[in-house]
Amino acid sequence: MHYTDVVCTFCGTLCDDIEVTVEDNRIIDIRHACRVGASKFFKASDIKHRRTKPIIRENGREIEVSLEEAVEKASEILADAYRPLLYGWSSTTCEAIKYGVFLTDLVGGIMDNTATVCHGPSVLAFQEVGYPSCTLGEVKNRADLIIYWGSNPLHAHPRHLSRYSFYPRGFFRERGMQDRELIVIDVRRTDTAKIANKFIKVEQGKDYELVSALRYVLNGGVLKKDYVAGVSREEIYELVDKMKSCSFGVLFFGMGLTQSSGKHRTIDNAISLVRDLNRFTKFNIMMMRGHYNVTGSNEVLAWETGYPYAVDFSRGYPRYNPGETSAVDVLVRGEVDAALIIASDPVSHFPKEAVKHLLRIPYISIDAFYNATSMFAKVYIPTAVAGIECEGTAYRMDGVPIRVRKIIEPPEGVLSDEEVVRMIYEKTMEKIKERIEEEAAEKVIV
Amino acid sequence: MKIILKNGYVYDPINNINGEVMDIFIKDGKIVNEFREKDAKVIDCKGKVVMPGAIDIHSHIAGGKVNTGRILRPEDHRRFVIARKFKNGKFFRSGAGFSVPSTRITGYLYAKMGYTMAFTPALPPLMARHTHEELSSIPIIDKGALTLMGNNWFVMKYLKAGEIEKCAAFAAWLLKAVKGYAIKVVNPGGGEAWGWGKNVTSLEDRVPYFDITPKEIIEGLMKVNEMLKLPHSEHLHTINLGRVGNYETTIKTMKLARGLENRDRHVLQITHAQFHSYGGESWKSFESKAYEVAKAVNKMKNVAIDVGFVTLDPTTTMTADGPMEYYLSSLTHLKWTNKDIELETAPGVTPYNYSPKSAVSSVQWAVGLELALLVEDPWRVMLTTDHPNGGPFIRYPRIIAWLMSRKYREDFMKNMNKAVEKRAIISSLDREYDLYEIAIITRASQARALGLKEKGHLGVGADADVAVYDINPEELNTAEYEKIERAFSNAYLTIKSGEIVVKEGEVVNEFYGKTYYVDVEVEEELMQEVERDLDYYFKRYYSVNLANYPVSLDYLTNPTKIERKIERVKVIK
Repeated sequence: MHYTDVVCTFCGTLCDDIEVTVEDNRIIDIRHACRVGASKFFKASDIKHRRTKPIIRENGREIEVSLEEAVEKASEILADAYRPLLYGWSSTTCEAIKYGVFLTDLVGGIMDNTATVCHGPSVLAFQEVGYPSCTLGEVKNRADLIIYWGSNPLHAHPRHLSRYSFYPRGFFRERGMQDRELIVIDVRRTDTAKIANKFIKVEQGKDYELVSALRYVLNGGVLKKDYVAGVSREEIYELVDKMKSCSFGVLFFGMGLTQSSGKHRTIDNAISLVRDLNRFTKFNIMMMRGHYNVTGSNEVLAWETGYPYAVDFSRGYPRYNPGETSAVDVLVRGEVDAALIIASDPVSHFPKEAVKHLLRIPYISIDAFYNATSMFAKVYIPTAVAGIECEGTAYRMDGVPIRVRKIIEPPEGVLSDEEVVRMIYEKTMEKIKERIEEEAAEKVIV
Repeated sequence: MKIILKNGYVYDPINNINGEVMDIFIKDGKIVNEFREKDAKVIDCKGKVVMPGAIDIHSHIAGGKVNTGRILRPEDHRRFVIARKFKNGKFFRSGAGFSVPSTRITGYLYAKMGYTMAFTPALPPLMARHTHEELSSIPIIDKGALTLMGNNWFVMKYLKAGEIEKCAAFAAWLLKAVKGYAIKVVNPGGGEAWGWGKNVTSLEDRVPYFDITPKEIIEGLMKVNEMLKLPHSEHLHTINLGRVGNYETTIKTMKLARGLENRDRHVLQITHAQFHSYGGESWKSFESKAYEVAKAVNKMKNVAIDVGFVTLDPTTTMTADGPMEYYLSSLTHLKWTNKDIELETAPGVTPYNYSPKSAVSSVQWAVGLELALLVEDPWRVMLTTDHPNGGPFIRYPRIIAWLMSRKYREDFMKNMNKAVEKRAIISSLDREYDLYEIAIITRASQARALGLKEKGHLGVGADADVAVYDINPEELNTAEYEKIERAFSNAYLTIKSGEIVVKEGEVVNEFYGKTYYVDVEVEEELMQEVERDLDYYFKRYYSVNLANYPVSLDYLTNPTKIERKIERVKVIK
């Protein structure tokens, strides 16, 4: 069986032109995908390396159970919890995330997604100054100046350059890369920097200063220093000139800028730079989102609650205060007493203090792939891989929603994230309803 | 479920019923002929007003830019929250947001006011799936989405080449692909120019590269709209929104509708006309030109307006008019987001604080009311705030009270900037709307504009969407305007599809309403030609494949199709 227009659910580039050949429910050939994407397809269809039975751990023993038992146990943990954390939600579909919000609202917990340790500062900057942006097709059709700052797409988003930004021929850029200029700003000469027309090396941690210098020069200031953040005065003037004189510029930024010292202040400054540039020409800015649906996760949370991440329902309504209600902080402070971790592996990636607390509390791990977090979970439920074994919606880094497809059957008895979260939600609802009735009954007796 | 609403004062303008005491019979989600009281739920509505469920034709409640507005404004959500609750064995979700409420509570808040339907007016085709995902998470009310076409490359290309049949076939394809309801045009040509940081400022300006004028786009799409026999008219947000002295452009725009006719409705809707009725030379001499615009509307019988009232609240502005949002943010220096969408449109979002102390805001407040009071025929006026641009929709009851009570307007003006008395004529207007006229501008005219025969009235066969308000028309005193505002804020009863959803202002039941979309079939050969162009453009210029573009019906709650079959597309000259 040959499938076309398949969507690759690995990174935020969300390529939708993949061709896949399937035989006996195994993927045997993949066209157009990058190496990272292709390996995900192959890995998913190689079920020897996946666990396919739910697990409950009790007193250090691991017991394989049925899905119903696992769901029962999971809902018990959540219904009993005083302040549970529901974290992950970036490498899964919007449909699953939606039930995740219902569930968190029901149990009065905290819902956070991986943006909290990724582009969270970018979102905070967004809320400070805004975000002049566009879709990737606009870049393809119009852009003549492309800047990547603190981002190495050749490794992290391998097809970004060829599908949307530098290489493709666009409506107003018929000659493709010959009609465009590529500039890379980074602390080291990355592979992307090697193919760029110009590489600007910024001193580590000095991104804020460089952005400020650019804004200063752009707004008519005269630079007296020879070097700012390790970049010479001439280079700064030249860069400002290029930015001002292009007809459509775009600044893509990644973790190199977001997690540089200053964090959201740096992004705030970078967005302000782009806003200033719009007085002279057309200029846009875009986050290079990592997980394929981290954008969708922010979107679903925002339309359901008003806030994009770190939403706390413990007062009965949504509240948002990153730093107080974000996943790492509530774990480090030891505030949460149970957790549900889905499509994510915080045990491998969170700070030590946060992981220490997570390992002290009962938690549920839901993931297509058995990971370090699943290894210590009270309940582990395996699920189907979205975009390969089940359908759903995902949002590309520029906010374009795409329906991801199902091309092979999941292992027997394995359901999608959406179905598993919905089952837990319904089971938890039953339990909570019982309790409300019990409480009401007690009151009558009193 | 069978329900009888007994002895209410019924206001049903489509059936010419003006405050008669009548019983309304409801069965299986429809209004039906009289039946016996046995095994029906009888509700006494004596001394109360019974109206069809209200309809909002233009309200940004779902979609990419609405959500961008939510993400952009955490400070806004702290002003207004609704906590989760259990009631009648059901779990009602929590939510937050004053000017951009989250989706679940959007449904609750509309139902609470007796609204049973709302259309989101700006669906960018590429982002259609997003809009539908949000619409499908709004409970209770029926909904639909108007589709942005005014800056679409295909539309501009076909119209420039004089291939209006192809343009029509493309519009039909697009509406079906994205499950849209009508043709929406926003700043025609300006959105494309914004791709280069430019804009258009007159109807004769040329769009860069495409070499077409806003006038040609407006006229072309108006004809396409009639060629496809669409239920709604062209829904137009014309150029120069919010600019000083823009009323002349607005009047010129209306004149483009000359010569076109439709038996059932107007052919052009000037949307949020309030933002297009400004005079003056600069912000210092900013003044109301509502009188001139209203005069033009009175003359042009085939044009209607929805008002876009300003309610003087801090709000979040959002529109597919990207250059306008940039301009506004450069005046206010507040945060600004923009999202240009390839080949299609260019939305933007920025917060705005309408302060009664500001000269401009207070005149804007007057402009909206003046328009509503000066246009003689209420059938061509629709009550909207262009939510959330002029103010949040939860202020509709206040606007109703302003329209019904001169005293309320006078009292409200006392705390306003004095400009409202000098540069607007609101203080000289005596007209007060009666309940029948209110029923027209909030229900009947909107249903008629949308071409929905089963909505906006209480005749036999209509959908059983009913609102009951605790107002006694016999004892109505417009000087007691707080009572009017309170009654319209908290419906005594809202019935949606024959089920009680609101009782005395409290939401007691929840389910999902219908989602309307149109499906126009045109002749095959024509469609094939268009499909060839689609193939070519999608392969080269879009960033998604054609196969991944259309939205499936899975995304719509209770999808409801309005079908048209056009044997041969006839060109309208």
